[in-house]
Amino acid sequence: MTDKAIVCKDLCKQFGDFTAVNRISFDVNKGEIYGFLGANGAGKTTAMRMLCGLSYPTSGEATVAGYNVYRQQEAIKRNIGYMSQKFSLYENLTVRENIRFYGGVYGLSDSQLKEKGVELIERLGLGKEMNKLVGELPLGWKQKLAFSVAIIHQPTIVFLDEPTGGVDPVTRRQFWDLIYHAADQGITIFVTTHYMDEAEYCHRLSIMVDGRIDALDTPAELKRKYSARTMDEVFYALARGAKRSAD
Amino acid sequence: MKQFLVFVRKEFYHVFRDKRTLLILFGLPIAQVLLFGFALTTEIKNAQIVVVDYSKDVATQQIITRIAASPYFSLDREVLSYADMERAFRRGKIKCAVVFPPHFNEDLLHGHKAQVQIIADASDPNTDRTLSNYLNAIIGEYQHDLNANIPVPYQIKTEITMLYNPEMNGSMNFIPGVIALVLMIACTTLTSVSIVREKEMGTMEVLLVSPFRPLYVILSKAVPYLALSLMNFTIILLLGVFLLDVPIRGNLVLLFAESLFFILSCLSFGLLISSFTSSQQTAMMISMMGMMLPTILFTGFLFPIENMPWPLQVISNIVPAKWYYSIMKTVMLKGLGITAVWKESLVLVGMTCALLAISLKSFKIRLA
Repeated sequence: MTDKAIVCKDLCKQFGDFTAVNRISFDVNKGEIYGFLGANGAGKTTAMRMLCGLSYPTSGEATVAGYNVYRQQEAIKRNIGYMSQKFSLYENLTVRENIRFYGGVYGLSDSQLKEKGVELIERLGLGKEMNKLVGELPLGWKQKLAFSVAIIHQPTIVFLDEPTGGVDPVTRRQFWDLIYHAADQGITIFVTTHYMDEAEYCHRLSIMVDGRIDALDTPAELKRKYSARTMDEVFYALARGAKRSAD
Repeated sequence: MKQFLVFVRKEFYHVFRDKRTLLILFGLPIAQVLLFGFALTTEIKNAQIVVVDYSKDVATQQIITRIAASPYFSLDREVLSYADMERAFRRGKIKCAVVFPPHFNEDLLHGHKAQVQIIADASDPNTDRTLSNYLNAIIGEYQHDLNANIPVPYQIKTEITMLYNPEMNGSMNFIPGVIALVLMIACTTLTSVSIVREKEMGTMEVLLVSPFRPLYVILSKAVPYLALSLMNFTIILLLGVFLLDVPIRGNLVLLFAESLFFILSCLSFGLLISSFTSSQQTAMMISMMGMMLPTILFTGFLFPIENMPWPLQVISNIVPAKWYYSIMKTVMLKGLGITAVWKESLVLVGMTCALLAISLKSFKIRLA
């Protein structure tokens, strides 16, 4: 096994004559927090779907957690966690039922489920809300719970698709504490976001423009390269050249 | 397998916590049975009737007694004259009247021929027809009894010539139709909505990214609704038997087996709809409207298919509910076995398999 969580080389995805993802290449190290940035319509979601085993690339090579995206989709699915921009827990199930459901889907045994569940509930301080319907929880807690549930099976990599949409800054900060905690445990974090302050929290990040990766480096290095003070400026400098309109 | 059970349990949580789903699942069949059984029945009970008897003899008295005893009529009173009767009609107090001319019994005994006039409030043609048919039947019965021991038959002439079977129970034909309708709506709607809901909420994506196989996602959706639909079917049958006196003459196992196939075809239809829609509302609209209309129109339980123009008759053949309805009627009401319905069953099974295959395929395509 290499020390790379994701290896991606010349990955392409075409829909008809539209090239959604145009020969992107990047590596993500194990335990790294990797930011995957880009304007709407730049091809982030398409790229992410290929890496998650939801669609086949048109060409190029990629391995996720050491498994090939063409041939080993099932193995990839077992080794990744996923949390989407849409809130991904069941609102009319209780906290406990959601944990048991997702744990069950990932094939955790009853004893593992119990242990993990207790640990998770304690870390989030949700003890009292255990039997409440998730729909009744405030959005911030739902989001944190969704993240914790997404990594309940100790995946190698967790994919976060705009996980903090619509959440206030304080909760976002708390959310990132959870992300750091997970990264400390060796879980690789692959995150897309529109918040540039969040981009600063990433170890390394790439910015997609029109299906290509136009920049890839640490936040500090990117700012230096584009002689910008903030990530915002870096992003605008790159995104301004985009030809595709946002959808 | 454990994953599968976890999923099925989750589906049941969804069903029992969603009032709307519960309403469709259990409120709908009950409402439909009551509606079709009572409100939409073509039977008329306790219609107000008056008798004008210019004869006042044994024969008219006996006929009047029979009318009074019938559950279809409530004999208001005997009025003395034609004018009284006309007044009662004008005030809308009565639905129909029977007029015996003078010397009714005499005519009957000596001339072997007597006349009776039935007058009905014609403002509601359907009611009118039904009521006069009832009356005709009652008089016909009397005449039949009268003639039992007599060589030269007596004849009572009424104005109505159509015969009606007073034994006919209006709810009988409705029940198989209602079953088809309810199963169609409940299964199709609930399956499609429950799958589309996951898409809408974003949980479907999470499921697809999980190692849980897409086929299992569908199966574990189908299993709870299959179970609930069979329960639904049982409820309607029980309501029909105990509330509307509909007999179940055929084999119960066969009924359940045929229903199972029909439910499966409904489930696959729901699945198919869910593949092409992305919001719960659209799925609901399509499955409610798209299913309800063809089911009502083309099963033949409200409108006879034989009377439709041939293009519609051809179209009716692709509606699974039509075949199911025909099977149910034959097995349930006529009490015939598989030998009588094997053709229809074959069509139903074929349709089910085809629908299932198409829907599974379209679900897979969507994933790619």
